[in-house]
Amino acid sequence: MAETTPTTLGDLAFEVRSKNAGPFWVTMELFLRDAEGYRVAADESFLDEGTIARLYGVDAADVQMFRIPSLNVVKISFPRPVAQASLRDRDIHSGQHHVPLALLPLPSSALTPSPTPR
Amino acid sequence: MENQGVDQVKVLAPTGMLGAGFPEATIERGLALGADVISVDGGSTDSGPHYLGASQPKTTRAAVARDLRVLLKAAAGAGIPLIVGSCGTSGTDAGVDWVAGIVADILAAEGLRMRVARIYSEQDTGVLLERLDEGRIHALPPLGELQPETLRSCTHIVGAMGHEPIVAALEAGAQVVLAGRATDTAIAAAYPLMKGMPAGPSWHAAKIIECGGQCTSDPRAGGVLATVDADGFTIEPLDPTVACTPILVAAHMLYETVNPFRMREPDGTLDVGEAEYTALDERTVRVEGSRFEVADQHTIKLEGARITGYETMSFSAIRDPHILAHIDDWADLLRSMIRKRVAQTIGLSEDKYAFDLRLYGHNAILGELDPASGPPREVGAMLLVNAPDQSTATAVAKIANPLLLHLPTPDMDYLPSLAFATSPAEVERGPAYEFVLHHVVDTRTPTEMFRTEIEEVPHHG
Repeated sequence: MAETTPTTLGDLAFEVRSKNAGPFWVTMELFLRDAEGYRVAADESFLDEGTIARLYGVDAADVQMFRIPSLNVVKISFPRPVAQASLRDRDIHSGQHHVPLALLPLPSSALTPSPTPR
Repeated sequence: MENQGVDQVKVLAPTGMLGAGFPEATIERGLALGADVISVDGGSTDSGPHYLGASQPKTTRAAVARDLRVLLKAAAGAGIPLIVGSCGTSGTDAGVDWVAGIVADILAAEGLRMRVARIYSEQDTGVLLERLDEGRIHALPPLGELQPETLRSCTHIVGAMGHEPIVAALEAGAQVVLAGRATDTAIAAAYPLMKGMPAGPSWHAAKIIECGGQCTSDPRAGGVLATVDADGFTIEPLDPTVACTPILVAAHMLYETVNPFRMREPDGTLDVGEAEYTALDERTVRVEGSRFEVADQHTIKLEGARITGYETMSFSAIRDPHILAHIDDWADLLRSMIRKRVAQTIGLSEDKYAFDLRLYGHNAILGELDPASGPPREVGAMLLVNAPDQSTATAVAKIANPLLLHLPTPDMDYLPSLAFATSPAEVERGPAYEFVLHHVVDTRTPTEMFRTEIEEVPHHG
């Protein structure tokens, strides 16, 4: 594979997913490829409750974040802004709501090509 | 005593959802490995409030019957109990009776006779109003304090049982337990707890296996077997070619959970923050260090759904590049034209109905949250109307029909004809529901909100 410089959070992850957690919550997980990717994603100056509030139009005070270095995972939960299956709910299982998170541009400090083995 | 002297309990979880299917050989393998109990989830709130609100199963009868036939024969042959939770998707009383009817048919057809327990979890509104009055119902975030009218508005309310009513049914001699709404974990934790296994490993194992093979290297290959003992639990896939790894098992705590470390059950909280996951071999994982904190107050979580209105859906589609280049203008014009025409024709003001216009192919799924949207190649325009009655919803959708067929963009001087997907275009969806309860009841006993009936099935051998 050609070496490409990661530009989004999703580029650092082997999976970014979202899912409903009961009828009233959404939860998302970033599974980072390695400890270096985890370091970027777990950096609060880049990704914190305020970032999620801006991306998803929710109140930062309602956002819960879990940083799990043993799994290289950052997990994010927040109350569902639109009631499940209501007239304006377009994603019953909240399964496509990971995309704004995955497409979040990386900070310039993380944009240097990583010394990945070829 | 029967409960003494057991040093481990093996729980077979065939699949994450009754009716989803599993290879029959995986059940034979689970029995060969010494399964002591089979537990399977029959429901979920995952797919929305309709199944509770309408008290209808999501799964089709034939799929549930196929899985139950294999599991009933396995349980009867091995002389081990079968536990089914959240029967009929939502766990309403009708859902329990639906699964019980399927079980009775299978047992009769297979010439089997078993003691079947039905545990009903549907709640009486009047009793809950009393509990509310007594200050014994509390909100869980993000919902606020419960109002009496919210309880009265629900078409169905269930309480999610813990392990206790299931254990009581097993101790009363049930070989098959058909539970109404139960926590996803209670059905798998019940038997280990009944046999004296510690709560931490019992609940943690139950959480890991509640989705069947989801914690394995190939979730489609079938379920898992968890062996719970005094110090922890061991988990392996039922398919010998599939693996559980420490990462896969640990990561399953993330799945559909708000908090991946602490999980509230009716009688306490599972804490896996200190749990250690180690590989025993290339496909078996050992978990130790799970803790369970018994709560001061036993609580039962309520789920309730009510009707929000009646819906009618219409669906047209656009391929014309000019309209697609101005798709947001077109959508704005359509919305205002629908409102105007509805007011003109049936005199309905905007607060008497609502509609959602979804542009599939443009930004239907994420709407304003969508970070990127170029000119689409084609767009499906779904119009979803919600009104207090079905005929009004359909009237609005039919008023919108000529617009969904011929509406141009503001700058066009001719009428395009757009691509309806079906004829007629309108589909009546019936009542639409919403979940309105996310509250717990402080209970005096773990079983007081549930009713159990046990009988030999078929009745006349």
